[in-house]
Amino acid sequence: MDLLNALVAFLNFVVIPAASYGAQLAVGALGVTLIFGILRFSNFAWGDTMAFGTMVVILFTWLFQSLGISIAPLPTALLALPFSIVITSALLLGTDRVVYRFYRKQKAKPIILVIVSAGVMFVMNGLVRIVIGTEEQNFADGGRFLISAGDFKAWTGLAEGLAIKGTTAVTMVTALLTMSALFWFLQKTRTGKSMRAFSDNEDLALLSGINPDRVVQVTWVIAAALAVIAGTLYGLDKSFRPFIYFSLLLPIFASAVVGGLGSPMGAVAGGFVVAFSEIVVTYAWKKVITYIVPQTWAPDSLMQLLSTDYKFAVSFSILIIVLLFMPNGLFNKGK
Amino acid sequence: MPDPFLIGEAMTGGYGATDILHDCTIAVEKGQIAVIVGPNGAGKSTAMKAVFGMLNLRGGRVRLNGEDITKLSPQDRVARGMAFVPQTHNIFTSMTVEENLEMGAFLRRDDIKPALEQVYHLFPILKTKRTQPAGELSGGQRQQVAVGRALMTQPQVLMLDEPTAGVSPIVMDELFDRIIEVARSGISILMVEQNARQALNIADKGYVLVQGANRYTDTGANLLADPDVRRSFLGG
Repeated sequence: MDLLNALVAFLNFVVIPAASYGAQLAVGALGVTLIFGILRFSNFAWGDTMAFGTMVVILFTWLFQSLGISIAPLPTALLALPFSIVITSALLLGTDRVVYRFYRKQKAKPIILVIVSAGVMFVMNGLVRIVIGTEEQNFADGGRFLISAGDFKAWTGLAEGLAIKGTTAVTMVTALLTMSALFWFLQKTRTGKSMRAFSDNEDLALLSGINPDRVVQVTWVIAAALAVIAGTLYGLDKSFRPFIYFSLLLPIFASAVVGGLGSPMGAVAGGFVVAFSEIVVTYAWKKVITYIVPQTWAPDSLMQLLSTDYKFAVSFSILIIVLLFMPNGLFNKGK
Repeated sequence: MPDPFLIGEAMTGGYGATDILHDCTIAVEKGQIAVIVGPNGAGKSTAMKAVFGMLNLRGGRVRLNGEDITKLSPQDRVARGMAFVPQTHNIFTSMTVEENLEMGAFLRRDDIKPALEQVYHLFPILKTKRTQPAGELSGGQRQQVAVGRALMTQPQVLMLDEPTAGVSPIVMDELFDRIIEVARSGISILMVEQNARQALNIADKGYVLVQGANRYTDTGANLLADPDVRRSFLGG
Protein backbone atom coordinates (compact mmCIF):
# COMPACT_ATOMS: atom_id res chain seq x y z
CA MET A 1 0.00 0.00 0.00
CA ASP A 2 1.42 3.34 -0.96
CA LEU A 3 -1.05 6.16 -0.42
CA LEU A 4 1.38 8.92 -1.19
CA ASN A 5 2.22 7.57 -4.62
CA ALA A 6 -1.48 6.91 -5.21
CA LEU A 7 -2.26 10.52 -4.35
CA VAL A 8 0.47 11.86 -6.63
CA ALA A 9 -0.69 9.64 -9.50
CA PHE A 10 -4.30 10.79 -8.87
CA LEU A 11 -3.27 14.44 -8.90
CA ASN A 12 -1.09 14.03 -11.95
CA PHE A 13 -3.48 12.05 -14.13
CA VAL A 14 -6.89 13.20 -12.90
CA VAL A 15 -6.98 16.42 -10.89
CA ILE A 16 -4.53 18.55 -12.86
CA PRO A 17 -5.75 17.59 -16.35
CA ALA A 18 -9.37 17.93 -15.26
CA ALA A 19 -8.79 21.32 -13.65
CA SER A 20 -7.09 22.55 -16.80
CA TYR A 21 -9.75 21.12 -19.14
CA GLY A 22 -12.45 22.37 -16.75
CA ALA A 23 -11.08 25.90 -16.90
CA GLN A 24 -11.12 25.77 -20.71
CA LEU A 25 -14.71 24.51 -20.73
CA ALA A 26 -15.71 27.11 -18.14
CA VAL A 27 -14.47 30.02 -20.25
CA GLY A 28 -16.21 28.54 -23.30
CA ALA A 29 -19.42 27.93 -21.37
CA LEU A 30 -19.40 31.53 -20.14
CA GLY A 31 -19.70 32.65 -23.74
CA VAL A 32 -22.57 30.25 -24.42
CA THR A 33 -24.42 31.28 -21.30
CA LEU A 34 -23.90 34.99 -21.98
CA ILE A 35 -25.32 34.67 -25.49
CA PHE A 36 -28.21 32.61 -24.16
CA GLY A 37 -28.95 35.08 -21.38
CA ILE A 38 -28.88 38.19 -23.52
CA LEU A 39 -29.55 37.18 -27.10
CA ARG A 40 -31.81 34.35 -25.92
CA PHE A 41 -30.71 31.48 -28.10
CA SER A 42 -28.28 28.57 -27.97
CA ASN A 43 -25.47 29.42 -30.33
CA PHE A 44 -24.54 26.26 -32.22
CA ALA A 45 -21.84 28.16 -34.07
CA TRP A 46 -19.92 28.50 -30.80
CA GLY A 47 -17.42 25.69 -31.39
CA ASP A 48 -16.59 27.07 -34.80
CA THR A 49 -16.34 30.60 -33.42
CA MET A 50 -13.70 29.22 -31.07
CA ALA A 51 -12.02 27.53 -34.03
CA PHE A 52 -12.01 30.78 -35.99
CA GLY A 53 -10.58 32.75 -33.08
CA THR A 54 -7.91 30.15 -32.44
CA MET A 55 -7.04 30.06 -36.13
CA VAL A 56 -6.41 33.80 -36.10
CA VAL A 57 -4.27 33.36 -32.99
CA ILE A 58 -2.24 30.69 -34.79
CA LEU A 59 -1.76 32.91 -37.85
CA PHE A 60 -0.53 35.76 -35.67
CA THR A 61 1.67 33.36 -33.69
CA TRP A 62 3.34 32.30 -36.96
CA LEU A 63 3.73 35.92 -37.95
CA PHE A 64 5.36 36.82 -34.64
CA GLN A 65 7.59 33.76 -34.77
CA SER A 66 8.75 34.66 -38.27
CA LEU A 67 9.50 38.18 -37.03
CA GLY A 68 11.38 36.74 -34.09
CA ILE A 69 9.00 38.25 -31.54
CA SER A 70 8.74 36.11 -28.44
CA ILE A 71 7.61 36.41 -24.84
CA ALA A 72 9.35 33.20 -23.72
CA PRO A 73 8.85 31.35 -21.45
CA LEU A 74 5.21 32.30 -22.13
CA PRO A 75 3.68 31.03 -25.38
CA THR A 76 3.66 33.53 -28.24
CA ALA A 77 -0.06 32.81 -28.67
CA LEU A 78 -0.80 34.97 -25.62
CA LEU A 79 0.61 37.94 -27.50
CA ALA A 80 -1.66 37.13 -30.42
CA LEU A 81 -4.83 37.02 -28.27
CA PRO A 82 -5.74 40.74 -28.47
CA PHE A 83 -5.35 40.76 -32.26
CA SER A 84 -7.57 37.74 -32.62
CA ILE A 85 -10.15 39.19 -30.24
CA VAL A 86 -10.42 42.27 -32.45
CA ILE A 87 -10.79 40.24 -35.64
CA THR A 88 -13.19 37.71 -34.12
CA SER A 89 -15.30 40.56 -32.68
CA ALA A 90 -15.51 42.02 -36.16
CA LEU A 91 -16.63 38.63 -37.51
CA LEU A 92 -19.31 38.22 -34.84
CA LEU A 93 -20.56 41.80 -35.15
CA GLY A 94 -20.65 41.37 -38.91
CA THR A 95 -22.56 38.10 -38.59
CA ASP A 96 -25.00 39.78 -36.25
CA ARG A 97 -25.46 42.65 -38.67
CA VAL A 98 -26.18 40.48 -41.72
CA VAL A 99 -27.81 37.43 -40.11
CA TYR A 100 -29.04 37.57 -36.52
CA ARG A 101 -30.31 41.14 -36.56
CA PHE A 102 -32.76 40.28 -39.31
CA TYR A 103 -34.34 37.56 -37.15
CA ARG A 104 -34.19 39.67 -34.00
CA LYS A 105 -36.17 42.46 -35.66
CA GLN A 106 -38.81 39.89 -36.59
CA LYS A 107 -38.84 38.69 -32.99
CA ALA A 108 -38.10 35.18 -34.25
CA LYS A 109 -38.56 32.33 -31.78
CA PRO A 110 -35.38 31.04 -30.07
CA ILE A 111 -35.60 27.74 -31.94
CA ILE A 112 -35.40 29.62 -35.25
CA LEU A 113 -32.29 31.42 -34.06
CA VAL A 114 -30.79 28.07 -33.03
CA ILE A 115 -31.28 26.75 -36.57
CA VAL A 116 -29.90 30.01 -37.97
CA SER A 117 -26.84 29.61 -35.76
CA ALA A 118 -26.40 26.09 -37.16
CA GLY A 119 -26.21 27.69 -40.59
CA VAL A 120 -23.66 30.19 -39.34
CA MET A 121 -21.76 27.23 -37.89
CA PHE A 122 -21.38 25.64 -41.34
CA VAL A 123 -20.20 28.92 -42.86
CA MET A 124 -17.62 29.53 -40.13
CA ASN A 125 -16.52 25.92 -40.28
CA GLY A 126 -15.94 26.22 -44.02
CA LEU A 127 -14.12 29.51 -43.58
CA VAL A 128 -11.70 28.00 -41.07
CA ARG A 129 -11.04 24.95 -43.25
CA ILE A 130 -10.39 27.09 -46.29
CA VAL A 131 -7.92 29.31 -44.47
CA ILE A 132 -5.97 26.87 -42.31
CA GLY A 133 -7.04 23.44 -43.55
CA THR A 134 -8.30 20.46 -41.62
CA GLU A 135 -4.92 19.28 -40.37
CA GLU A 136 -3.75 19.36 -36.81
CA GLN A 137 -1.71 22.43 -35.83
CA ASN A 138 0.59 22.64 -32.85
CA PHE A 139 1.32 26.22 -31.95
CA ALA A 140 2.42 25.91 -28.34
CA ASP A 141 5.88 27.30 -27.80
CA GLY A 142 7.44 28.68 -24.64
CA GLY A 143 8.32 26.63 -21.57
CA ARG A 144 7.19 23.00 -21.74
CA PHE A 145 7.04 22.27 -18.04
CA LEU A 146 6.67 24.31 -14.91
CA ILE A 147 7.52 21.19 -12.93
CA SER A 148 8.62 18.11 -14.87
CA ALA A 149 7.90 14.58 -13.68
CA GLY A 150 11.62 13.81 -13.52
CA ASP A 151 12.41 16.82 -11.34
CA PHE A 152 9.50 16.00 -9.06
CA LYS A 153 10.71 12.42 -8.61
CA ALA A 154 14.22 13.65 -7.91
CA TRP A 155 12.98 16.12 -5.25
CA THR A 156 10.59 13.80 -3.49
CA GLY A 157 12.10 10.38 -4.11
CA LEU A 158 8.63 9.07 -4.98
CA ALA A 159 8.09 6.55 -7.74
CA GLU A 160 5.30 8.65 -9.26
CA GLY A 161 6.02 11.96 -10.91
CA LEU A 162 3.87 15.07 -10.77
CA ALA A 163 4.19 17.20 -13.87
CA ILE A 164 2.71 20.63 -14.36
CA LYS A 165 2.85 21.60 -17.99
CA GLY A 166 3.52 25.19 -18.91
CA THR A 167 0.24 25.25 -20.81
CA THR A 168 -1.63 24.03 -17.73
CA ALA A 169 -0.30 26.93 -15.70
CA VAL A 170 -1.08 29.35 -18.53
CA THR A 171 -4.60 27.93 -18.77
CA MET A 172 -5.29 28.26 -15.07
CA VAL A 173 -3.94 31.79 -14.74
CA THR A 174 -5.52 33.09 -17.95
CA ALA A 175 -8.87 31.48 -17.17
CA LEU A 176 -8.85 32.92 -13.67
CA LEU A 177 -8.03 36.41 -14.94
CA THR A 178 -10.68 36.16 -17.65
CA MET A 179 -13.38 35.03 -15.27
CA SER A 180 -12.48 37.66 -12.67
CA ALA A 181 -12.54 40.38 -15.31
CA LEU A 182 -15.90 39.19 -16.63
CA PHE A 183 -17.50 38.99 -13.19
CA TRP A 184 -16.11 42.37 -12.24
CA PHE A 185 -17.49 43.81 -15.48
CA LEU A 186 -20.95 42.29 -14.99
CA GLN A 187 -21.22 43.21 -11.31
CA LYS A 188 -19.58 46.61 -11.12
CA THR A 189 -19.73 48.52 -14.37
CA ARG A 190 -22.69 50.43 -15.73
CA THR A 191 -22.60 48.56 -19.04
CA GLY A 192 -22.25 45.21 -17.29
CA LYS A 193 -25.22 45.93 -15.06
CA SER A 194 -27.27 47.02 -18.04
CA MET A 195 -26.49 43.65 -19.65
CA ARG A 196 -27.71 41.81 -16.57
CA ALA A 197 -30.80 44.00 -16.51
CA PHE A 198 -31.45 43.25 -20.18
CA SER A 199 -31.03 39.54 -19.52
CA ASP A 200 -33.32 39.68 -16.48
CA ASN A 201 -36.20 41.67 -17.97
CA GLU A 202 -35.87 42.95 -21.50
CA ASP A 203 -39.05 45.07 -21.52
CA LEU A 204 -38.19 46.83 -18.28
CA ALA A 205 -34.63 47.42 -19.53
CA LEU A 206 -36.13 49.19 -22.54
CA LEU A 207 -38.39 51.24 -20.24
CA SER A 208 -35.28 52.24 -18.31
CA GLY A 209 -33.72 53.65 -21.46
CA ILE A 210 -31.14 50.86 -21.90
CA ASN A 211 -30.15 50.74 -25.55
CA PRO A 212 -30.74 47.16 -26.78
CA ASP A 213 -28.44 47.51 -29.80
CA ARG A 214 -25.56 48.50 -27.60
CA VAL A 215 -26.17 45.63 -25.19
CA VAL A 216 -26.18 43.21 -28.14
CA GLN A 217 -22.94 44.63 -29.53
CA VAL A 218 -21.12 44.52 -26.22
CA THR A 219 -22.32 40.94 -25.75
CA TRP A 220 -20.85 39.87 -29.10
CA VAL A 221 -17.53 41.52 -28.34
CA ILE A 222 -17.29 39.80 -24.95
CA ALA A 223 -18.39 36.52 -26.52
CA ALA A 224 -15.63 36.91 -29.11
CA ALA A 225 -13.05 37.45 -26.39
CA LEU A 226 -14.26 34.37 -24.51
CA ALA A 227 -14.28 32.23 -27.66
CA VAL A 228 -10.75 33.29 -28.57
CA ILE A 229 -9.42 32.72 -25.06
CA ALA A 230 -11.17 29.38 -24.52
CA GLY A 231 -10.13 28.12 -27.96
CA THR A 232 -6.54 29.23 -27.59
CA LEU A 233 -6.14 27.71 -24.13
CA TYR A 234 -7.56 24.41 -25.38
CA GLY A 235 -5.35 24.49 -28.47
CA LEU A 236 -2.20 25.28 -26.48
CA ASP A 237 -2.93 22.52 -24.01
CA LYS A 238 -3.86 19.91 -26.62
CA SER A 239 -3.74 20.88 -30.27
CA PHE A 240 -5.81 22.67 -32.87
CA ARG A 241 -8.04 20.82 -35.29
CA PRO A 242 -11.21 22.43 -36.68
CA PHE A 243 -13.24 19.25 -36.29
CA ILE A 244 -12.28 18.81 -32.64
CA TYR A 245 -13.40 22.38 -31.95
CA PHE A 246 -16.73 21.71 -33.57
CA SER A 247 -17.23 18.73 -31.27
CA LEU A 248 -16.28 20.79 -28.20
CA LEU A 249 -19.78 22.19 -28.56
CA LEU A 250 -21.18 19.24 -26.64
CA PRO A 251 -19.12 19.41 -23.42
CA ILE A 252 -19.39 23.21 -23.46
CA PHE A 253 -23.16 23.14 -23.78
CA ALA A 254 -23.32 20.44 -21.13
CA SER A 255 -21.30 22.74 -18.85
CA ALA A 256 -23.56 25.71 -19.47
CA VAL A 257 -26.72 23.63 -18.96
CA VAL A 258 -25.45 21.94 -15.79
CA GLY A 259 -24.95 25.31 -14.16
CA GLY A 260 -28.16 26.72 -15.60
CA LEU A 261 -28.17 28.55 -18.93
CA GLY A 262 -27.85 32.27 -18.38
CA SER A 263 -25.99 31.94 -15.09
CA PRO A 264 -22.28 32.87 -15.33
CA MET A 265 -21.43 31.28 -11.97
CA GLY A 266 -23.19 28.14 -13.12
CA ALA A 267 -21.19 28.02 -16.34
CA VAL A 268 -17.94 28.05 -14.40
CA ALA A 269 -19.08 25.35 -11.97
CA GLY A 270 -20.54 23.35 -14.86
CA GLY A 271 -17.24 23.45 -16.75
CA PHE A 272 -15.45 21.78 -13.86
CA VAL A 273 -18.26 19.28 -13.20
CA VAL A 274 -18.18 18.10 -16.83
CA ALA A 275 -14.37 18.01 -17.02
CA PHE A 276 -13.95 16.04 -13.81
CA SER A 277 -16.73 13.62 -14.74
CA GLU A 278 -15.26 13.04 -18.17
CA ILE A 279 -11.78 12.34 -16.87
CA VAL A 280 -12.84 10.30 -13.84
CA VAL A 281 -14.96 8.05 -16.04
CA THR A 282 -12.41 7.59 -18.81
CA TYR A 283 -9.24 7.38 -16.70
CA ALA A 284 -7.59 3.97 -16.35
CA TRP A 285 -7.52 3.62 -12.57
CA LYS A 286 -5.25 0.56 -12.54
CA LYS A 287 -2.18 2.46 -11.38
CA VAL A 288 -3.85 4.36 -8.55
CA ILE A 289 -5.69 1.28 -7.33
CA THR A 290 -2.56 -0.87 -7.44
CA TYR A 291 -0.93 1.59 -5.03
CA ILE A 292 -3.87 1.56 -2.63
CA VAL A 293 -4.84 -2.13 -2.37
CA PRO A 294 -2.61 -4.97 -1.09
CA GLN A 295 -0.39 -6.39 -3.80
CA THR A 296 -2.35 -9.59 -4.27
CA TRP A 297 -5.52 -7.63 -5.06
CA ALA A 298 -3.90 -5.60 -7.79
CA PRO A 299 -6.23 -5.49 -10.80
CA ASP A 300 -5.26 -7.03 -14.12
CA SER A 301 -7.51 -4.89 -16.25
CA LEU A 302 -7.05 -1.16 -16.83
CA MET A 303 -9.95 -0.39 -14.46
CA GLN A 304 -11.34 2.08 -16.95
CA LEU A 305 -15.09 2.64 -16.83
CA LEU A 306 -15.30 3.86 -20.42
CA SER A 307 -12.75 4.11 -23.17
CA THR A 308 -11.73 7.68 -23.97
CA ASP A 309 -13.50 7.27 -27.31
CA TYR A 310 -16.71 7.53 -25.31
CA LYS A 311 -15.85 10.70 -23.44
CA PHE A 312 -18.61 12.62 -25.19
CA ALA A 313 -21.07 10.06 -23.84
CA VAL A 314 -20.25 11.48 -20.42
CA SER A 315 -21.25 15.01 -21.47
CA PHE A 316 -24.38 13.60 -23.06
CA SER A 317 -25.32 11.67 -19.93
CA ILE A 318 -24.77 14.71 -17.72
CA LEU A 319 -26.84 16.81 -20.09
CA ILE A 320 -29.72 14.32 -20.01
CA ILE A 321 -29.61 13.81 -16.25
CA VAL A 322 -29.60 17.53 -15.55
CA LEU A 323 -32.36 18.26 -18.05
CA LEU A 324 -34.50 15.47 -16.56
CA PHE A 325 -34.06 16.25 -12.90
CA MET A 326 -32.94 19.88 -12.64
CA PRO A 327 -33.95 21.56 -15.88
CA ASN A 328 -33.06 24.98 -14.50
CA GLY A 329 -29.54 23.87 -13.71
CA LEU A 330 -27.73 23.81 -10.41
CA PHE A 331 -27.44 27.57 -10.04
CA ASN A 332 -30.76 28.89 -11.29
CA LYS A 333 -33.35 29.21 -8.60
CA GLY A 334 -36.65 28.33 -10.35
CA LYS A 335 -36.90 31.10 -12.86
CA MET B 1 -58.32 76.49 -21.85
CA PRO B 2 -54.60 75.71 -22.07
CA ASP B 3 -53.46 72.20 -22.89
CA PRO B 4 -53.06 69.83 -19.94
CA PHE B 5 -49.44 68.85 -19.24
CA LEU B 6 -49.92 65.40 -20.76
CA ILE B 7 -52.88 64.48 -22.92
CA GLY B 8 -53.80 61.47 -25.01
CA GLU B 9 -56.54 62.97 -27.16
CA ALA B 10 -59.23 61.04 -29.01
CA MET B 11 -57.08 57.93 -29.07
CA THR B 12 -58.32 55.05 -31.24
CA GLY B 13 -56.39 51.84 -31.66
CA GLY B 14 -55.50 48.38 -30.35
CA TYR B 15 -52.86 45.68 -30.44
CA GLY B 16 -54.05 43.92 -33.57
CA ALA B 17 -56.71 44.41 -36.19
CA THR B 18 -59.53 45.23 -33.78
CA ASP B 19 -59.64 48.55 -31.94
CA ILE B 20 -59.77 48.46 -28.16
CA LEU B 21 -59.82 52.21 -27.63
CA HIS B 22 -62.50 54.31 -29.26
CA ASP B 23 -61.97 58.04 -29.27
CA CYS B 24 -60.62 57.89 -25.75
CA THR B 25 -59.13 60.95 -24.04
CA ILE B 26 -56.92 60.87 -20.96
CA ALA B 27 -55.08 63.86 -19.52
CA VAL B 28 -53.20 64.94 -16.43
CA GLU B 29 -52.19 68.38 -15.18
CA LYS B 30 -48.84 69.31 -13.71
CA GLY B 31 -48.41 67.90 -10.20
CA GLN B 32 -51.87 66.34 -10.16
CA ILE B 33 -53.12 62.79 -9.90
CA ALA B 34 -55.32 61.38 -12.64
CA VAL B 35 -56.87 57.95 -12.18
CA ILE B 36 -58.34 55.63 -14.79
CA VAL B 37 -60.97 53.26 -13.45
CA GLY B 38 -63.55 51.00 -15.01
CA PRO B 39 -64.72 47.40 -15.24
CA ASN B 40 -62.49 44.54 -16.37
CA GLY B 41 -61.69 44.70 -20.05
CA ALA B 42 -62.58 48.37 -20.30
CA GLY B 43 -59.22 49.13 -21.87
CA LYS B 44 -57.75 50.94 -18.85
CA SER B 45 -54.27 49.52 -19.20
CA THR B 46 -54.52 49.81 -22.96
CA ALA B 47 -55.30 53.52 -22.66
CA MET B 48 -52.26 53.95 -20.45
CA LYS B 49 -50.04 52.02 -22.84
CA ALA B 50 -51.35 54.11 -25.71
CA VAL B 51 -50.30 57.29 -23.92
CA PHE B 52 -46.86 55.75 -23.41
CA GLY B 53 -46.50 54.72 -27.04
CA MET B 54 -46.73 50.98 -26.53
CA LEU B 55 -49.37 50.45 -29.19
CA ASN B 56 -50.05 51.96 -32.57
CA LEU B 57 -52.79 54.54 -32.66
CA ARG B 58 -55.06 54.66 -35.66
CA GLY B 59 -56.44 57.96 -34.55
CA GLY B 60 -55.78 60.70 -32.04
CA ARG B 61 -52.65 62.33 -30.68
CA VAL B 62 -50.51 62.39 -27.57
CA ARG B 63 -49.04 65.71 -26.44
CA LEU B 64 -46.55 66.32 -23.67
CA ASN B 65 -46.13 69.92 -22.56
CA GLY B 66 -47.74 71.10 -25.78
CA GLU B 67 -45.44 69.04 -27.99
CA ASP B 68 -46.82 66.26 -30.20
CA ILE B 69 -45.12 63.00 -29.17
CA THR B 70 -47.50 60.59 -30.93
CA LYS B 71 -44.74 59.19 -33.13
CA LEU B 72 -42.11 58.75 -30.40
CA SER B 73 -41.09 55.30 -29.15
CA PRO B 74 -41.52 54.51 -25.44
CA GLN B 75 -37.73 54.85 -24.98
CA ASP B 76 -37.80 58.33 -26.47
CA ARG B 77 -40.67 59.22 -24.18
CA VAL B 78 -38.56 58.11 -21.22
CA ALA B 79 -35.90 60.53 -22.37
CA ARG B 80 -38.58 63.27 -22.52
CA GLY B 81 -39.45 62.79 -18.86
CA MET B 82 -42.11 60.12 -18.84
CA ALA B 83 -41.76 57.06 -16.61
CA PHE B 84 -43.86 53.94 -16.69
CA VAL B 85 -44.34 51.23 -14.06
CA PRO B 86 -45.85 48.12 -15.65
CA GLN B 87 -48.35 46.07 -13.69
CA THR B 88 -46.22 42.90 -13.65
CA HIS B 89 -42.56 42.12 -14.28
CA ASN B 90 -41.75 45.63 -13.14
CA ILE B 91 -38.49 44.92 -11.32
CA PHE B 92 -35.19 43.20 -12.15
CA THR B 93 -35.64 40.22 -9.84
CA SER B 94 -32.05 38.96 -10.02
CA MET B 95 -30.53 42.34 -9.24
CA THR B 96 -30.24 44.09 -5.90
CA VAL B 97 -32.59 46.86 -4.87
CA GLU B 98 -29.89 49.45 -5.41
CA GLU B 99 -28.99 48.05 -8.84
CA ASN B 100 -32.66 48.25 -9.79
CA LEU B 101 -32.65 51.92 -8.90
CA GLU B 102 -29.37 52.49 -10.73
CA MET B 103 -30.88 50.95 -13.85
CA GLY B 104 -33.78 53.36 -13.54
CA ALA B 105 -31.25 56.18 -13.80
CA PHE B 106 -29.47 54.54 -16.74
CA LEU B 107 -30.01 57.47 -19.10
CA ARG B 108 -28.58 59.98 -16.66
CA ARG B 109 -24.89 60.74 -16.85
CA ASP B 110 -24.80 63.10 -13.87
CA ASP B 111 -24.54 62.15 -10.21
CA ILE B 112 -27.48 59.93 -9.29
CA LYS B 113 -26.82 60.05 -5.53
CA PRO B 114 -29.40 62.80 -4.81
CA ALA B 115 -32.10 60.92 -6.72
CA LEU B 116 -31.15 57.74 -4.88
CA GLU B 117 -31.41 59.52 -1.54
CA GLN B 118 -34.81 60.92 -2.50
CA VAL B 119 -36.12 57.45 -3.30
CA TYR B 120 -34.69 56.08 -0.03
CA HIS B 121 -36.30 58.99 1.78
CA LEU B 122 -39.64 58.19 0.17
CA PHE B 123 -39.30 54.43 0.76
CA PRO B 124 -37.02 53.99 3.81
CA ILE B 125 -37.42 50.20 3.76
CA LEU B 126 -35.57 50.08 0.44
CA LYS B 127 -32.48 51.60 2.02
CA THR B 128 -32.26 48.83 4.59
CA LYS B 129 -32.77 46.21 1.85
CA ARG B 130 -30.61 47.84 -0.76
CA THR B 131 -28.11 44.98 -1.17
CA GLN B 132 -30.81 42.30 -1.30
CA PRO B 133 -31.99 40.83 -4.63
CA ALA B 134 -35.27 42.56 -5.45
CA GLY B 135 -36.86 39.20 -6.28
CA GLU B 136 -36.63 38.20 -2.62
CA LEU B 137 -38.77 41.10 -1.36
CA SER B 138 -42.46 41.03 -0.42
CA GLY B 139 -45.12 42.17 -2.87
CA GLY B 140 -45.45 45.64 -1.37
CA GLN B 141 -41.70 46.15 -1.24
CA ARG B 142 -41.39 45.03 -4.86
CA GLN B 143 -43.92 47.70 -5.83
CA GLN B 144 -41.84 50.25 -3.95
CA VAL B 145 -38.77 49.14 -5.91
CA ALA B 146 -40.76 49.41 -9.13
CA VAL B 147 -41.96 52.93 -8.35
CA GLY B 148 -38.51 53.88 -7.07
CA ARG B 149 -36.89 52.66 -10.30
CA ALA B 150 -39.27 54.82 -12.33
CA LEU B 151 -38.60 57.87 -10.14
CA MET B 152 -34.85 57.56 -10.66
CA THR B 153 -35.14 59.14 -14.10
CA GLN B 154 -36.56 62.16 -12.24
CA PRO B 155 -39.57 62.15 -14.56
CA GLN B 156 -42.17 64.84 -15.02
CA VAL B 157 -44.91 62.28 -15.41
CA LEU B 158 -45.15 58.99 -13.56
CA MET B 159 -47.48 56.40 -15.03
CA LEU B 160 -48.54 53.49 -12.84
CA ASP B 161 -50.41 50.43 -14.07
CA GLU B 162 -52.33 49.05 -11.08
CA PRO B 163 -49.63 49.75 -8.49
CA THR B 164 -51.66 48.15 -5.71
CA ALA B 165 -52.52 44.89 -7.49
CA GLY B 166 -51.97 42.01 -5.12
CA VAL B 167 -50.89 43.96 -2.05
CA SER B 168 -52.67 44.07 1.31
CA PRO B 169 -55.01 47.00 2.17
CA ILE B 170 -52.53 48.42 4.66
CA VAL B 171 -49.74 48.38 2.10
CA MET B 172 -52.14 49.89 -0.43
CA ASP B 173 -52.90 52.88 1.83
CA GLU B 174 -49.19 53.30 2.46
CA LEU B 175 -48.47 53.21 -1.26
CA PHE B 176 -51.20 55.76 -2.01
CA ASP B 177 -49.72 58.08 0.64
CA ARG B 178 -46.36 57.84 -1.09
CA ILE B 179 -47.97 58.53 -4.46
CA ILE B 180 -49.59 61.69 -3.08
CA GLU B 181 -46.18 62.71 -1.76
CA VAL B 182 -44.66 62.22 -5.21
CA ALA B 183 -47.41 64.33 -6.79
CA ARG B 184 -46.80 67.11 -4.24
CA SER B 185 -43.20 67.29 -5.44
CA GLY B 186 -44.55 68.44 -8.81
CA ILE B 187 -44.63 65.15 -10.68
CA SER B 188 -47.84 64.41 -12.57
CA ILE B 189 -49.30 60.99 -11.86
CA LEU B 190 -51.43 58.96 -14.22
CA MET B 191 -52.55 55.62 -12.90
CA VAL B 192 -54.86 52.73 -13.58
CA GLU B 193 -56.52 51.26 -10.52
CA GLN B 194 -58.72 48.31 -9.63
CA ASN B 195 -59.42 49.73 -6.20
CA ALA B 196 -61.59 52.44 -7.71
CA ARG B 197 -62.97 53.98 -4.52
CA GLN B 198 -59.62 54.43 -2.78
CA ALA B 199 -58.00 55.65 -5.96
CA LEU B 200 -60.67 58.24 -6.71
CA ASN B 201 -60.26 59.44 -3.13
CA ILE B 202 -56.78 60.67 -3.92
CA ALA B 203 -57.46 61.64 -7.52
CA ASP B 204 -57.65 65.20 -8.77
CA LYS B 205 -59.22 63.86 -11.92
CA GLY B 206 -60.91 60.55 -12.61
CA TYR B 207 -61.69 58.80 -15.87
CA VAL B 208 -64.26 56.05 -15.96
CA LEU B 209 -63.74 53.97 -19.09
CA VAL B 210 -66.21 51.47 -20.50
CA GLN B 211 -65.40 49.41 -23.57
CA GLY B 212 -62.51 51.61 -24.54
CA ALA B 213 -64.42 54.87 -24.43
CA ASN B 214 -64.82 57.67 -21.88
CA ARG B 215 -68.02 57.17 -19.86
CA TYR B 216 -67.56 59.67 -17.03
CA THR B 217 -64.86 62.26 -16.56
CA ASP B 218 -64.79 64.53 -13.54
CA THR B 219 -62.85 65.33 -10.39
CA GLY B 220 -62.28 62.37 -8.11
CA ALA B 221 -64.61 63.78 -5.48
CA ASN B 222 -67.44 64.44 -7.93
CA LEU B 223 -67.22 60.95 -9.37
CA LEU B 224 -67.37 59.48 -5.88
CA ALA B 225 -70.47 61.58 -5.21
CA ASP B 226 -72.17 60.75 -8.51
CA PRO B 227 -74.95 58.22 -7.83
CA ASP B 228 -74.67 56.68 -11.32
CA VAL B 229 -70.95 56.10 -10.95
CA ARG B 230 -71.42 54.74 -7.45
CA ARG B 231 -74.11 52.30 -8.52
CA SER B 232 -72.39 51.08 -11.67
CA PHE B 233 -68.74 51.03 -10.74
CA LEU B 234 -68.23 51.42 -7.04
CA GLY B 235 -70.69 48.83 -5.79
CA GLY B 236 -73.35 51.25 -4.43
